[in-house]
Amino acid sequence: MPPLLPIDLLLIAVAAWLLIGLAGLAAPGNLRYISKRLFPLGALVGLALGATALNFLGSGPQVAVLAIGLPDLPFHLRLDNLTAVFALLLGFASAGISVYAAGYFRKGQGTAPGLLCLEYHFFLASMLMVLMADDAYAFMVAWESMALSSFFLVTTDHKHAEIRSAGYLYLLIAHVGAIAILLSFGVMTSGTGDYSFANMREQHLSPFWASSAYLLALLGFGAKAGLVPVHVWLPEAHPAAPSPVSALMSGVMLKTAIYGLMRVSFDLLGSQPLWWWGVVAMAVGLVTALFGVLYSTVQSDMKRLLAYSSIENIGLLAVGIGLALLFRSYKMPVLAALALTAVLYHCLAHAGFKSLLFLCTGSVLHATKERSLGKLGGLIHPMPWVAWLALVGVIASTGLPPLSGFVSEWLLLQAFLFSPGLPHSWLNMVVPVSAAVVALVAALAGFAMVKFFGIIFLGQAREEALKDAHDAGPWERVGLVWLAGLSLALGVLPSTIISLIDAATRQLLGTGLADRMKENGWWMLAPISPERASYQPLIFLAVITASLLLGRQLVRRLYHGRVRRSPAWDCGYVFQGPRAQDTAEGFSQPIRRIFETLFRMQSHIPTIRDERPYYSVKVEDHFWHWLYLPLARLVTAFSHLVARLQGGRIAIYLLYSFVTLIFLLLVARP
Amino acid sequence: MTASIPLSAQLINLFASVILLLAFAMLAQRRMLPLINLFAYQGLALCMSTLVVAVTTGQHHLYWSAGLTLLLKALLLPWILHRLVRKLHVRFDVESLINIPTTMLVGIVLVMVSFNVALPISQLSSTVSRGTLGIALATVMLAFLMMITRTKAIPQVVGFLAMENGLFLAATSATYGMPMVVELGIALDVLVGAIILGVFFFQIRDQFDSLDIRHMEKLKDG
Repeated sequence: MPPLLPIDLLLIAVAAWLLIGLAGLAAPGNLRYISKRLFPLGALVGLALGATALNFLGSGPQVAVLAIGLPDLPFHLRLDNLTAVFALLLGFASAGISVYAAGYFRKGQGTAPGLLCLEYHFFLASMLMVLMADDAYAFMVAWESMALSSFFLVTTDHKHAEIRSAGYLYLLIAHVGAIAILLSFGVMTSGTGDYSFANMREQHLSPFWASSAYLLALLGFGAKAGLVPVHVWLPEAHPAAPSPVSALMSGVMLKTAIYGLMRVSFDLLGSQPLWWWGVVAMAVGLVTALFGVLYSTVQSDMKRLLAYSSIENIGLLAVGIGLALLFRSYKMPVLAALALTAVLYHCLAHAGFKSLLFLCTGSVLHATKERSLGKLGGLIHPMPWVAWLALVGVIASTGLPPLSGFVSEWLLLQAFLFSPGLPHSWLNMVVPVSAAVVALVAALAGFAMVKFFGIIFLGQAREEALKDAHDAGPWERVGLVWLAGLSLALGVLPSTIISLIDAATRQLLGTGLADRMKENGWWMLAPISPERASYQPLIFLAVITASLLLGRQLVRRLYHGRVRRSPAWDCGYVFQGPRAQDTAEGFSQPIRRIFETLFRMQSHIPTIRDERPYYSVKVEDHFWHWLYLPLARLVTAFSHLVARLQGGRIAIYLLYSFVTLIFLLLVARP
Repeated sequence: MTASIPLSAQLINLFASVILLLAFAMLAQRRMLPLINLFAYQGLALCMSTLVVAVTTGQHHLYWSAGLTLLLKALLLPWILHRLVRKLHVRFDVESLINIPTTMLVGIVLVMVSFNVALPISQLSSTVSRGTLGIALATVMLAFLMMITRTKAIPQVVGFLAMENGLFLAATSATYGMPMVVELGIALDVLVGAIILGVFFFQIRDQFDSLDIRHMEKLKDG
């Protein structure tokens, strides 16, 4: 028996996930068996997958043919370094999420646990198949299975009408995207009829067709990733889904779209890059990032806030891809490698911290039954585990050292700083502006995260019931600690990790950063040269930890050293309570005013004559009113025209057949 | 000129024209029971024409066809329809969407179209009865027209059955009938169709207190 290749191991992982899912159907109602046996097994498979992918990185590509599907049309599969990076992400992130899910699902939540288990593991397996597909047929089958299984996961709680409509919106946009992707593949075969990726790499398309394929892929994968303007499903579907599912969708599934975009633009269309492709991706990415972060700052629902923050991160990834495309088309491979490394790194980082944050909202939701920020507060006291682990996620998400988000955003900004080398004066003027926008986005993301953490965990409980909130259970803690550990590892070991993902950049661009970094030692990150910029995460970590401890000791020693709890705002006002704290709406008020034109707001401001004064503000998406509603109206109007044919009258239907018959008889005369 | 046409062909043409005449009569008939009787006569004429073809050509299975036609279309189906009409108490006049004279005019146009269309096909055919192909097509068209213009459910079924008569005529005239198995199958289909529609009549009447199919427009959504 030949030794098992890594690609075989990956296929075994797919099969194992499918089997675990089917095993869930054996006892669909037995929650204990499903959550305490099957989900941890799924997590082990994820861990094994991550380890296999980690082990594989740096090896040459492997291919396999799987004789399932249509006759004469088998699945072509391929494992290369780009796939391995994303399989690593899928494996390690899903391991944490599955362990968490083992403690999360409760009885009486819509879909039966067994069915949920099937959908969940089917979702994981189809994501892995997407990454491994090496022909358009296998890719689309896996892609659609992924969309369908995640649709059913989103609508787990299908008894609520708004959840069903969120699921419908998601499915609709997923299908628009899938059509665009299919068309893109069709263009890339350039009429040869061979849909394997190997054939697409061989084709030399004219600039027009190559650009069409690229733009279709950008639309199609953008619809799945959440690029503006096809982002509207994201803030609806993420709050609707159970938290582990949101974590999986945001942390992992969005990355499969990024993977697809990279596969098409760097690999399949790799031979003829045009410089403006990068500009388009950058422009879309910048708009998306700014849009996402602005909307995330004004949300009052904690999961919507995170969903918009995911849109922002996807925007940053698109900016990085655009920058890499730009550098590559001007034959600057080292800088392209820098930008691409930033993208891959940010994918890993985002998978870690965004899954962590979504899972934390899941724990909060379970403990309090409340998603609205306005009814939370002070949860750090009853829920210390969740609060401190959420803090790790929040810091990583804002891009502060020494955690993961900092490394990737720093690398991205480094790539921007080298852009004056571009031989194009117009671009040289625009790119610094883009860098400024990225910096603004990073700052606003910090604002949103301060709001997220501060309103939920700090201050005093805004409701009485919050005092009885329980902390996360043991399974949930393990999952959260694992993801927080990933964020920390990504933060403090950047050189090691970059030398691992270097294999993928090398595969796509022919060059990487690792050679340059070897001479600097593992503790120091200096992507181009230590003279220009370098970062020593461990020193940062040591300094921050030392100063924190020192500050704490100083406060203890020099100040009175006791913990006092007293009213926070005691200026003689009699009726004060926890409600006097700054609210979620109040906190983001400045942003809402500054960027007023970018939001569509409906607010109610009380007058002095109101019997029951209240303040409310509803922030809506402009795209919804400018793009989607007119489109929907157009479709409805057109459908009404078609519906006229369907009069519901038998005589009319008979007349149709009659006229058709006579017409055909007259037309088809010999 | 007349002498050159054999007697059998003349007979077949005679019966075919009787069928066409009956189709027009059905189109013009407003009352329910006479309509069913006309349908029975049409079945009888069809049976006779098939019999003539059978005698002339000596094709054995055509005797069977003729017998089946007589049994089913001249006796059994009219009897079922009679029973239905009695049970449902729907002896009243048939309403039509378009008035009768207009329908007749449209029918004449249809007959001309059918003959025009059937002419090149019947020239290809070498059978004794090829001249009736145009008549058969016209019968189908007229039955179809009846289905379109009537608002009550029973005339629609009669139209449907009459259409099948036309098809059968076309089959015998162009190709000496279909294979026995096909014919048996069709006969059974027609019978089952009539029975199912009979069941539907009761359902429709229970639902809408009437057999007027215009009520069914309410069934569409929105």
